[in-house]
Amino acid sequence: MIRYFTEDHEWIEVEEEEATVGITDYAQGQLGDVVFVETPAAETILAKGDDAAVVESVKAASDVYAPVSGEVTDGNEALVDDPALVNSDPEGEGWFFKMKLTDTSELNALMDEDAYKEFIADL
Amino acid sequence: MNQRDLNQGRPSRIEGDIDTTNGRKLSTFSGNKALMLDEPLIFELGSRETCGVDIDVMEPIESRLGGLERHQPIGLAGLSESETVRHYTRLSRQNYAIDLGLFPLGSCTMKHNPRLNEKMARIAGFADIHPMQPISTVQGALELIDELAHWLKTLTGMPAVAMSPKAGAHGELCGILAIRAALEARGDAREVILVPESAHGTNPATAAFAGYRVEEIPATEGGRVDVEALAARLGPDVAGVMITNPNTCGLFEPDMRKISDLVHAAGGLVYCDGANFNAIVGRVRPGDLGIDAMHINLHKTFSTPHGGGGPGSGPVVLSEALAPYAPLPYVTKSSDFFQLVEEEQSLSEDSDTFGRMTAFHGQMGMFTRALSYIMSHGADGLKQVSEDAVLNANYILRSMDDVLDAPFGHSGPCMHEALFSDKGLADGFSTINISKGLIDEGYHPMTMYFPLVVHGAMLVEPTETESKHALDNFIGSFRHVVNQAKEGDQSLLQAPHFAPRARLDETAAARRPILVWNEPETAQAAE
Amino acid sequence: MRYLPLSDNERGQMLAKIGVQSIDDLFVDVPEEARLTGPIRELPNHASEMAVERHFKALAAKNTVAGEVPFFIGAGAYRHHVPASVDHIIQRGEFLTAYTPYQPEIAQGTLQMLFEFQTQVARMLGTDVANASMYDGSTSCWEAISMARRITKKKKAILSPGVHPHYVSVAKTMARFTGDILDTSLPTLDGTTDLEAELLNSIDDETSCVVVQYPDILGNINDLTRISHKAQEYKALLIAVVTEPVAMGAIKSPGEMGADIVVGEGQSIGVGLQFGGPYVGLFGCKAKYVRQMPGRLCGETVDAEGKRGFVLTLSTREQHIRRDKATSNICTNSGLCALAFSVHMTLLGEKGLRDLAMVNHTKAVKAADRLTSIEGVEMVTGNFFNEFTLRLPTDARAIVQQLADQQILGGVSLGRLYPDSDGLDNGLVIAVTETVLDEDIEIFANALETILSGGVS
Repeated sequence: MIRYFTEDHEWIEVEEEEATVGITDYAQGQLGDVVFVETPAAETILAKGDDAAVVESVKAASDVYAPVSGEVTDGNEALVDDPALVNSDPEGEGWFFKMKLTDTSELNALMDEDAYKEFIADL
Repeated sequence: MNQRDLNQGRPSRIEGDIDTTNGRKLSTFSGNKALMLDEPLIFELGSRETCGVDIDVMEPIESRLGGLERHQPIGLAGLSESETVRHYTRLSRQNYAIDLGLFPLGSCTMKHNPRLNEKMARIAGFADIHPMQPISTVQGALELIDELAHWLKTLTGMPAVAMSPKAGAHGELCGILAIRAALEARGDAREVILVPESAHGTNPATAAFAGYRVEEIPATEGGRVDVEALAARLGPDVAGVMITNPNTCGLFEPDMRKISDLVHAAGGLVYCDGANFNAIVGRVRPGDLGIDAMHINLHKTFSTPHGGGGPGSGPVVLSEALAPYAPLPYVTKSSDFFQLVEEEQSLSEDSDTFGRMTAFHGQMGMFTRALSYIMSHGADGLKQVSEDAVLNANYILRSMDDVLDAPFGHSGPCMHEALFSDKGLADGFSTINISKGLIDEGYHPMTMYFPLVVHGAMLVEPTETESKHALDNFIGSFRHVVNQAKEGDQSLLQAPHFAPRARLDETAAARRPILVWNEPETAQAAE
Repeated sequence: MRYLPLSDNERGQMLAKIGVQSIDDLFVDVPEEARLTGPIRELPNHASEMAVERHFKALAAKNTVAGEVPFFIGAGAYRHHVPASVDHIIQRGEFLTAYTPYQPEIAQGTLQMLFEFQTQVARMLGTDVANASMYDGSTSCWEAISMARRITKKKKAILSPGVHPHYVSVAKTMARFTGDILDTSLPTLDGTTDLEAELLNSIDDETSCVVVQYPDILGNINDLTRISHKAQEYKALLIAVVTEPVAMGAIKSPGEMGADIVVGEGQSIGVGLQFGGPYVGLFGCKAKYVRQMPGRLCGETVDAEGKRGFVLTLSTREQHIRRDKATSNICTNSGLCALAFSVHMTLLGEKGLRDLAMVNHTKAVKAADRLTSIEGVEMVTGNFFNEFTLRLPTDARAIVQQLADQQILGGVSLGRLYPDSDGLDNGLVIAVTETVLDEDIEIFANALETILSGGVS
C-alpha cells in the first residue's frame, strides 16, 4: 500500500487498482470543525481533477477533487451521520470514497509523504 | 481544497461565572439582568386557543371547500395583544441597530433611516393600492415610479432603468440577463464573464446562474483591477466584466473608462456593481465611465431600512445598448397618462425584453422611501452625502493607521470605507476577536474577512450620517480593542462578555440543524 | 440638510487630521473628466419635510385607495386587515434599522423571530422545515423548480395551468438561461377538460417536478394526493404554490397531501398591498432536502454559557461562500415583512387563523351566490376558498374599467392576466376577504347587473 498526496490536500492510498481517498490532517485543520460531507455515489465516473465530494465547515465549503481518474466504488456513509470523523481521524476513519483507477500512471504526478510534508511546510 | 473564510464558530467554554466584582457569583432567580430580559418562544408562551384579534362571528353556511377541510391541528400558538407587543419588544432589545449607534459594516452602507420615509410609504394612496388595480386608478403610483426612475437615470447619467428587481443580487441578475439577451440578439453567444478577485460573492454566483463560466482577474498590489491582465484575457468568448466601483477594497478604479473601452472594443459589455454608489453619488455619474448596467441598492445609498435582512430593492440603470432588453413590467408615459407595459404582446417595436423577474412591479414600498430620501437631499445634498461619507472613512483610516495595518493606505485616500488587515496582532488573535471586542464596546463589528484579497480583512464604512463626536468615540474603542489584540489580552478571546449571548456554537447548529420548534414531548420521543 | 451632522468647522478639522487641503483631494482617483464640478443642475436641490409631504400627498391623491371603495381584487395579492400593533412593532428601530443577523450575539431579537417565523410557516404549509423567507411568491416558485432540478438531476418541470401567469412568466424567463424545460398550458373556462387527468398524463421519467397552485389562479381547490403519488412513482417532486396563506386556516395543507416543496406568497398576513411589493416569499420542504434549499436558515444552538440561542446556519450553501457554486444568487430575504407576517400570525394564533379563514370563505360564498344570480353570469370555479372566477357574457376587461369608473374595484379580468389567449376574455377573478362588507357586495352586484343589462348606473 502506498499513500500519495495532492497539492489540494487530498490523500490517496493505493493497493493495485483500488484506492481510498480522503483529505489530509493539514486540510481538516484549516477547515476547522467539519459539519457536512457529501460523498460521491458508487459507479460515478471521475476524471482527474473533477469535483468528487464536498466538505463543509461552519463558514467554509470546499470541493474535494478526484486525485486521479477512475470509477467510484464506495462513499463513506459514516460521514453522513458523523462528519466530525473528518476532524478526529482524517487519514483513517474519515476517508471520503473508494475508487477503481483507470490509469495508475497518473499517480506518478502526485507527491509522496515526504514531498507533501515539505509542501505544507512552505505554506 | 480551495478554502475560503476560515473564521470558526465554536466557542470556548467560560470557566465559572464572569460576574464577579467582589469574588461572589452574581445571579438572579429569573436569569434576567435588570433590563436585559430573556424571552421564551411564542410556542412556549401561547396556546392554540389564544387569539389577540377580534374576528366577526359568521352564520354557518354550506361550505364549498369540497371536503378539503383542515381537521388536523396546525400547531400554531397565539398570544393576546398585550403579550404580543411585549414579546416582540423584549426581543427587539436584543438587537443592535443603526438607531442605537454607529454601524461600521463595510459595503453595507448602514446609514440613518429617516422616519419621514416611513411616513410617506404609509400614505394610504401608496400603501393600500393593489398591483392589479386598473391602470387609471393608480396613476399617482406610476408617476412616482417614473419620477424615481428620472432621478436614478440623471444621478447615474444613464438613459434607462429597470425598476422591478427586488434586491441587489436580483438587480445583478437583471443586468447580466440583459447582457446575455443583447449578445444573443446579435447572434454572438459568448461564454465567459470576467470578475475581479476582490468581487462580492454574489457576482460569480449571478454570472454562473446566467449560464456563464466565471474567470477571475487578478488585482494589482495597489488593490485595483490589473488592467493589463484584463486586456490580455479579453477576446471573442468574453461576454463582459462585472466590476465593483468603488471596489470592495474601498478604492476608486481610476482606469474604469479605459476598462470599459477595452471591453467594448472586444465586443463585450460592462456590468458595474453599484453596491458602493454611496461614495460617488452626486459627484460622479457612472454613465460617464462607459458602463452598460449597474444596480443601485436603494437600501444602501438611498436609505431604505435594512429591516434585519431585507426587503431590499435593486433597480438597474441601463445603457442604450441594453435598454431594449429591460425586463417587464415597465412604465411608459404618453401625454399625461402613465401606462404599465405588462406583457410582451403589447410591446412597442423597440423592445426586446428578456422577460419578467417578479410577479408584480417591484418594491413600491421601497420606491416611496427612496424618493422621499432623495427629494429631501436634492442634488446639492446628495453631493454632500458622498463627500461626507468619504471624509468620514478617511478620517477613520488616518486615525487608525498608526495602530492597524492599512494595506492600501499608502497609495492615497480611500473612498467611503477604510480597509485594514490583521497584520501585527498577537499570536492566536485574529479579526474575529476584534469584532467581538467591539461588541462589548457597544458597536456592531465591521465587515470581517472580506474582501478575500486582504488577510483577516476589516472593512469599516461609517457613512455620512455619523457626527465627528460619534466617530471619535468609535475610534477610541476601535484603538482600544486593537491594542488589546496586539498585546494578547486573553479576555478578548472570550468576548463578547456583555452581550445578550456569549459566543454561540455554530458548529453544533450546522451539524444537527434544528430549524423549527418541536413540542418537548415529541422531541423526547424522537430521541 | 437635516440628515448630515457634520459642520463646516468639523469638516475642516477632519481634513486637517487626514492631511489634505480640500475634499477634492480625497477624490483624486476619479479621472478629471468624470468629476462633476457642482450639484447636478438638471435636478432640484434639497427639500424640507413639509415640501416632501406635500408632493407625496399630491401623488397619492391620484390613486384610488383600496380601503375606500368596494374592493374585490386578488389574483396573487389580498387585502386583509392588519392589526395596529403589527405596524408598531415593525417600526421599532431595533428591528427596522438592524442588519442581517450575522453577529448572533447582538441579533438574537431578529434570529429568534426568524426561528418562530420558520416554525409558523412550516406548520401552516405542512412541511418539516421552512427558510427565513425569500423575495416573494414568484421568486420562491422559481427557486423551488431550480431546487427540484438539483435534487432529481432532471430538467423538465410541468406547470399546471392553475399557476399564476406571472409566476409562470418568471419561471420561463429564468428557464431560458438555465436550460430547464417547462411544460406549461393555459386554463380554460369551459370546464370540459379534465385538468388533473392531463397533468397526470404528462408526468414521465424526464419530469423533475410538477408545480400546482393551491388555491389556483381561478380560485379552485383540488386534492393533490393523486398528483403526489404519480410524481413519486416517477421520482419527480410535487411543488405546491400557495398565494393566499389565509386559506391554510380552512383547508388541508399541501404538505399533508404529500407535497415535497411548498412555496408561497406571505403578503396576505401582516404585509399589506403596497402596489406589489415588498412582499415575503414562503419556502418550506421535507427535511431530507434541507441542504438543497435556497435562502437563509436560522437554527437553534447554545452559547458558551449553555444558554439557548439562535444563529444563521448552513450558510455554506449561500453565494458569499459558494460563489459560482451557490444554490442561488439571492442574498437578502425579506426580513421585515417576515416579521410583519410573524407578528400578525402570533396575534391570530391557530384559533384566529381558522376563524379568519372561515369569515373569508363565508363572505366569498355569499358574494358568489349573489353575483351568479345575475343573468348571464356563470360560475367557473368548482370548490373554492375566498376567490372564484365568473364567466361574463362579454369581455371582462371593459367591465372592470366601467366598474372602476364608478369607484368599484371589481376583480381582475383574465384578459389582463392572459392577454394573448382566446377564450379567456370573459373571465373575471373575484376575491372576497373579511374586509368586504355586505353592502359592498350589493353595490358591486347592482353595478355589474346594470352594466351587463346595457344600462348606466
